[in-house]
Amino acid sequence: MTDLHLATVAQLSAQLQSGGVSSVELTRMLLARIEQHQRELNAFITVSAESALQEAARADERRRAGTAGPLTGIPIAHKDIFCTRGEKTTCGSRMLADFVSPYDATVVERLRAAGTVMLGKTNMDEFAMGSSNETSYFGPVRNPWNTSRVPGGSSGGSAVAVAARLAPAATATDTGGSIRQPAALCGVTGIKPTYGRVSRYGMIAFASSLDQGGLITQSAEDAALLLAEMAGFDARDSTSVEMPVPDYAAALEQPLKGLKIGVLREFFEGLDASIEPLIRAALALLHAQGAVIKEVSLPHLPLSVPTYYVVAPAECSSNLARFDGVRYGHRCEAPRDLTDLYERSRAQGFGAEVKRRIMVGTYVLSAGYYDAYYLKAQQVRELISRDFEQAFHEVDVLAGPTTPTAAFELGAKTHDPVTMYLNDIYTIGANLAGLPAISVPCGFVGGLPAGLQLIGPHFSEGRLLNVAHRYQRETDWHQRLPKGFV
Amino acid sequence: MTIERSDVESIARLARLALSAEEMPQYVEGLARILGMVEQLKRADTAGVAPMAHPLPGQRARLRTDAVTEADQHELYQRNAPQVRSGLYLVPRVVE
Repeated sequence: MTDLHLATVAQLSAQLQSGGVSSVELTRMLLARIEQHQRELNAFITVSAESALQEAARADERRRAGTAGPLTGIPIAHKDIFCTRGEKTTCGSRMLADFVSPYDATVVERLRAAGTVMLGKTNMDEFAMGSSNETSYFGPVRNPWNTSRVPGGSSGGSAVAVAARLAPAATATDTGGSIRQPAALCGVTGIKPTYGRVSRYGMIAFASSLDQGGLITQSAEDAALLLAEMAGFDARDSTSVEMPVPDYAAALEQPLKGLKIGVLREFFEGLDASIEPLIRAALALLHAQGAVIKEVSLPHLPLSVPTYYVVAPAECSSNLARFDGVRYGHRCEAPRDLTDLYERSRAQGFGAEVKRRIMVGTYVLSAGYYDAYYLKAQQVRELISRDFEQAFHEVDVLAGPTTPTAAFELGAKTHDPVTMYLNDIYTIGANLAGLPAISVPCGFVGGLPAGLQLIGPHFSEGRLLNVAHRYQRETDWHQRLPKGFV
Repeated sequence: MTIERSDVESIARLARLALSAEEMPQYVEGLARILGMVEQLKRADTAGVAPMAHPLPGQRARLRTDAVTEADQHELYQRNAPQVRSGLYLVPRVVE
């Protein structure tokens, strides 16, 4: 195989095993690609060339010693929201621009133990708050399919790193669509596991009842291989669920005959007219493989966005209270007193969108407003969750588009926060109900990728990966490459 | 939804954010738009609905046993601190 940067994790694993390539060679080649495209795409905040080559050399030694696993020597990128010991972890913010993490996130630790090599840390919306990667303190990331377009967010750097084949896979996080939305807009595969499936220890908190770590990959097969290492109980995360991790890879080929797929009626409202036929064609393809397709309705789903924009800012205002300029993070010059130190350090350290959300959260939690906003939102959240539960009595998996439109122009939606928030209209529901969901490439609109979203019941990652894999066996949308990044 | 400049000023104080006079209109407008959108929640009939407490039914946050599990690493942690003296975090004088 000559074009190793195009290879999937599964193919690279075979190459490494057969001795066709070493991890050092692979790592060196990808580091060169990252450098070549960094100015144009800005997908990385930190490139850890030196430590990557050391890790790769260790992986090759493990290989020689016969102690290598299937992922030993595979280079990957981590979203800069995951703490990495001895490396900068910025969360896309000026607040943490110089923060060097004293420890590894569990996700990083587990993937490191499996022998993966960390190429660097990917760019992201500041504190994962954004849908276009334009709120990053380190500048926007550009979509390789059209560099005047956004890659989506908040995991824009991870999606672009995989789409432009700078890394075969990258970790990411999803609070309201931050894995699936950029995956859809960049033509790659993105999975958000069930709430509690992947440890949040060392993953910088945004909204703790919604945040979940996951992956952006070229294929569902690769996601299955990596998720098996990432998932599982961690005593250091009080929301981590004690439940065995199934063999995702073993379930990939399971036939779809008899699988009941519910098509979400609400997901076709407000959908770009040119995306709808792509979703219908994908459903027809799954039907041809034996799946039964029926329409379902979740009446409370249209309230997902307003519910989310109470719950998420409320939790963010609480989580981000820790950034006070005292123990770590940005501190203002010459504070007059402690209040001045807090107020100016925070005002300088956070960007406009983060400040806006902290203030919305502060407002909805403030005395006299709690019942009208936070309590009401958590009640509607319960209703949305029950809608999903009801639907899963009738069907195995829900399907629809991932995003209402393809990637938009940089700057097109920065003037109005609410317009930006509506990009996540189809993805937020799964976060509110804690459900796993995956986005897979399903075609193109004017040269830009679109995504098919599948949502399953709690802990059905194996089923979602199976359906996505069967779909990818019959299509090549996930193998298409943006011109200029071949 | 009407949000006044004075509302935003008091929210900013509660949130410990020093906002300048020039950036204030941007936040007044942004908050008004977001809270206006949130008004849609009033449409939902939530009478008798228990507010969601955990995304997974029947799950609760676990408590760990009250035991020391961390080693003392204050020197490592304080490498990220803006100002430290003798192992202590420095802040402006609080009591005159």
